[in-house]
Amino acid sequence: MGNNINIVVEFLGGLDSIFDNKRSYKVEVDNEEIVTLRDLIFKYIAKELLVKPEDNYSIYIQDDTIRPGILTLINDVDWELEDELDYVLQNRDVISFTSTLHGG
Amino acid sequence: MSDSLTTEEVSRYGRQMIVQGLSTNNPIDQQLLLKNSKIVLIGAGGLSSPCLAYLAGAGVGTIGIIDDDVVENSNLHRQIIHSTSKRGMLKCESAKKFINDLNPNVIVKTFAVRLNNENAFDILDQFDVILDCTDTPITRYLSSDVAVILGKTLISASGVNTEGQLTVLNFENIGPCYRCFHPKPPPPHAVSSCSANGVIGACIGLVGVMQAVETLKVLQKIYTKENFEPFMLQYNGFMDQSLRRFKMRGRREDCISCGSKAKNKITREMIENSEINYFEFCGSRDYNVLADDERITVQEFEDKYWKDKKPKEDIVYLDVRPAHHYSISNFNNEKFHNVPLAELKSFKNDWTKLKSKMPELEPTSEVVVFCRHGNESRLATRVLKDDFGIKNTKDVIGGFFKYIDDVDPSLPKY
Repeated sequence: MGNNINIVVEFLGGLDSIFDNKRSYKVEVDNEEIVTLRDLIFKYIAKELLVKPEDNYSIYIQDDTIRPGILTLINDVDWELEDELDYVLQNRDVISFTSTLHGG
Repeated sequence: MSDSLTTEEVSRYGRQMIVQGLSTNNPIDQQLLLKNSKIVLIGAGGLSSPCLAYLAGAGVGTIGIIDDDVVENSNLHRQIIHSTSKRGMLKCESAKKFINDLNPNVIVKTFAVRLNNENAFDILDQFDVILDCTDTPITRYLSSDVAVILGKTLISASGVNTEGQLTVLNFENIGPCYRCFHPKPPPPHAVSSCSANGVIGACIGLVGVMQAVETLKVLQKIYTKENFEPFMLQYNGFMDQSLRRFKMRGRREDCISCGSKAKNKITREMIENSEINYFEFCGSRDYNVLADDERITVQEFEDKYWKDKKPKEDIVYLDVRPAHHYSISNFNNEKFHNVPLAELKSFKNDWTKLKSKMPELEPTSEVVVFCRHGNESRLATRVLKDDFGIKNTKDVIGGFFKYIDDVDPSLPKY
């Protein structure tokens, strides 16, 4: 058992529909295995939280990153202002994914 | 340009003019900023309704409204500037009537067109600030590109279900544009709309009100080049109401619309001669998966499969709408099976699963397939034919709503 960190993962803008209709997850991960946001997305979220990955993977992931139309926020900041997939996770980070809305 | 307020205007706007602490300007100058402003709203629906009502009330001098739709019954739960007596009227004309009643000082310009590559520049250039209240990524990219080229601030709002988003784009020609946030469009299957996915009127309305607040800050120069920071607001109505403010990136240097270092940047000419094709860029879901002889019209359905409003013994009737849609309105006959398309697809050749939903179904069965508008039923027909080999499957063109329109208007549409 390594060094565990607690992360809040959120799915907004209707994205909760592929995560068991739950908008917010409090997760505890092994920080020796899950170091970057890339690790969290591919080793944890896509495996543990995504419902029916065989149908829903492409709604979440495209071309080895988060699919276009989904914004990723690290502690309420656009991940493009951080290091995107290479961002190094900290204890108590809030990672939010929000689908872009188009209706009006 | 007006440099004074009438007595009537001072009494009308007095309560907002005496609010302190928003600006160092004197109150009359602040109000004149609104009076001398020209704004245009793209769309006159759920966002625009409360937004333009508050902006007209606040004394924005000129308001343009672009919308070619007419008021329908299904709009009224959220598009509250329209009314039951205005059903069938152009939304832009209905909106104009509302504004004139509320505040006759406002000059209203209506455009009963859909914003497109050809008309966007001529229309939007008549105004100072653009409000995007539309419902497709196609118009969102178009309005952003045009706003950048014309050097105008774009206040962009959207919403569906219980959620909404709001951002200020190309602020004073230094802020990020829509393409900076979204260089690649979402795949068409991931785009949801109010008509397909539903919307709570009060939730989209609240986002429209917030859009009005942001517009006031832009028009009254409370946001400045010095203090403006790119952001996106995310509202959610249920269960606990929440409003989040996300700090967003600035301009993308390589943005093909606004980037300072981009090569081959988008020009007015490229948009006007349709070299930039927004429909192609955003794509659309391909429902065109059937040949003509795999489909029947609603009248053929009525004559051949639903004579005297009764089902035929040896026919299998399938409706692939989501269950909560089906429960609102259907043929009210137990011969009909409701198996949503997503569920049907998940069976993947498994006859046991399929039979558990439709026990009488055999490979030789004759099946008729409905959905809401006749799109998903085509995909479902393909599934039954290709995955299960049920050759005699027929798609009903235009779906349940077309049946209601053409054959039986006594059934409710939603």
